[in-house]
Amino acid sequence: MAILVGNDTRVLVQGITGRDGSFHTKLMLEYGTKVVGGVTPGKGGMSVEGVPVFNTVSEAVENTGANTSVIFVPAKFAADAIMEAADAGIKLIVAITEGIPVLDMMKVVKFVREKGARLIGPNCPGVITPEEAKVGILPGHIFKRGPIGVISRSGTLTYEIVSHLTASGLGQSTAIGIGGDPIIGTKFIDLLEMFENDPETEGIVIIGEIGGTDEQDAAEFIKNHVSKPVVGFIAGRTAPPEKRMGHAGAIISGSSGTAAEKIKAFNEAGVPVADEPAEVAKLMREALRA
Amino acid sequence: MKLLEYASKEVMRKFGLPVTDWELVRSVEELERVIDKFQFPVALKAQVPVGGRGKAGGIKIAKDRSEALEKADKIFNLKIKGIPVKKLMVSQAVKIEKEYYIGVVVDRKHQTPTVMVSAEGGVDIEEVARTKPEAIHMLQVDINSGLMPYQARFLAHKIFDDPKLALRGADVILKLYNTFVAVDAQLAEINPLALTKDRELEALDAKIVVDDNALYRHPDLESLRDLDYEDATELEAKEAGLSYVKLDGYIGCCVNGAGLAMATMDLIKHYGGEPANFLDVGGSSNPEKVRKAMELILRDKNVKSIYINIFGGITRCDDVANGLIQAFSQMEIPVPVVVRLTGTNEEIARKMLNESGLPLVTAETMAEGAKKAIELAGKR
Repeated sequence: MAILVGNDTRVLVQGITGRDGSFHTKLMLEYGTKVVGGVTPGKGGMSVEGVPVFNTVSEAVENTGANTSVIFVPAKFAADAIMEAADAGIKLIVAITEGIPVLDMMKVVKFVREKGARLIGPNCPGVITPEEAKVGILPGHIFKRGPIGVISRSGTLTYEIVSHLTASGLGQSTAIGIGGDPIIGTKFIDLLEMFENDPETEGIVIIGEIGGTDEQDAAEFIKNHVSKPVVGFIAGRTAPPEKRMGHAGAIISGSSGTAAEKIKAFNEAGVPVADEPAEVAKLMREALRA
Repeated sequence: MKLLEYASKEVMRKFGLPVTDWELVRSVEELERVIDKFQFPVALKAQVPVGGRGKAGGIKIAKDRSEALEKADKIFNLKIKGIPVKKLMVSQAVKIEKEYYIGVVVDRKHQTPTVMVSAEGGVDIEEVARTKPEAIHMLQVDINSGLMPYQARFLAHKIFDDPKLALRGADVILKLYNTFVAVDAQLAEINPLALTKDRELEALDAKIVVDDNALYRHPDLESLRDLDYEDATELEAKEAGLSYVKLDGYIGCCVNGAGLAMATMDLIKHYGGEPANFLDVGGSSNPEKVRKAMELILRDKNVKSIYINIFGGITRCDDVANGLIQAFSQMEIPVPVVVRLTGTNEEIARKMLNESGLPLVTAETMAEGAKKAIELAGKR
């Protein structure tokens, strides 16, 4: 089963003619992902890695039946690209682009929701259901199919932890990088719910970091709605407080987003938190046995 | 980008917010030249990028010219949380009847701009949130329609008892919201917003944090960047596409990805070491970035060993290896370097490093690398 992406996923690459877009189109195809089209305004008619390029998303959807889009468009134009995808009826949009202004993202997130689409990211590595489909830039070879759902705010830290999971024989149902920006399309809670309802997933790894209160919200959700074992990791225990963003930002939720608070919230929800990335796999093994 | 008080006020004044005239001076001599423009008493305020100025003696009221010069001299000799005072703001002091708080912030939870107001101004708003949360009134704003005048009035009536005054307060709230949106702020706050003895509203202290990702559409704000206090190395790193934050430890870190970089620092600390910096070389790294990273790390004389931890996803390990070889050929690297490279093209990278004959210590895992970096730092 897995979640979000799989054999039915038909991917459109927005920004396919760019350096990152074309490189990762190649890697996604090599992984076996069905990349059915690309979009770069003004470059319709070209082809990249054998994939046809269209001028607009709606034209691409009409011609290819794409249901998923991955965004490699530069930050200045990315908000527009995400909204174009949602407007054209794409149901899952994965935004890899880094550096999109926060106020743009507020408009985008609202728009995408109103169109009934789901956005992953921005500033994220994407989504992978091992051995079926990879939508994004994750290094495919470290993943292996299995019973663990992985949700993370980080990119390379996810790879680090996944490589330990894979090495210890714990494959993954689906792994999602939700992105490190303040305003993102999909939060921990949405995905926890999907993994809880996914019969293939037996355990969930949640990788957080300092800033915001999404981890605390996730802990609260786990306490009340998740029956499967969850193991956590929080990056930034030693990050200096003066470098953290705005005091007022924290007031909204009555917390300043430190690692200590997040670890405490996880522990109170019965979620063991690993001291180092390598320990996650071990804790998951123990949790599955219990 | 954090704007200092004077820069924040300059932006706010442009949007019609009530700010009294001031002068910015860099020395007592400069103050002497401008002081006669003001009526006494005057307020002297250190311009530093940290909170707690008042408690540290960075804000003073002076009743006459000689007292102003004397107190300014003292402030210029202060270090506030380790930061020397290089700029001072002078303005006419006002008699205060009451202090309020108003602020607009990026609300991650609701994914909106959220306006916060309180009649308990002039103190640390986090403290108010902790001890008296009911004293803070919040409103999430629809980003598309913006803050409507009725919403600003709704908030104003919560904190101003006098209905006439509340209307003026609503105008201030609206203008602050407009400022927030116009400059792509992550935070815009006035604390305190003072009601003076003359029944005027005035922004006594102000703070704006601008979204770095949106700076490209605000070239005019570049002139307000604070070059006195922004760490020169951090700025240089930013220009090279690196994210660098200096810390107090002795193990230099060079990692790809912010999450992994933080986890690497945590791990060093976990095994008893102290990281000298946070450094994220970013996603698609090229050899030049790695070379630059080494240069920045080595500028910190506390560094006793360097730990390079790369998990190649988009970053290719052979690019990193290439950068290291370049760095070693172009500069003297006087400390031991531990390298852990894994992921895309790791075999090629390992071969390149082995054949280069460079004095590198390799590690297979993240933990092994951290332990080796600590051990090698200790031997020096």
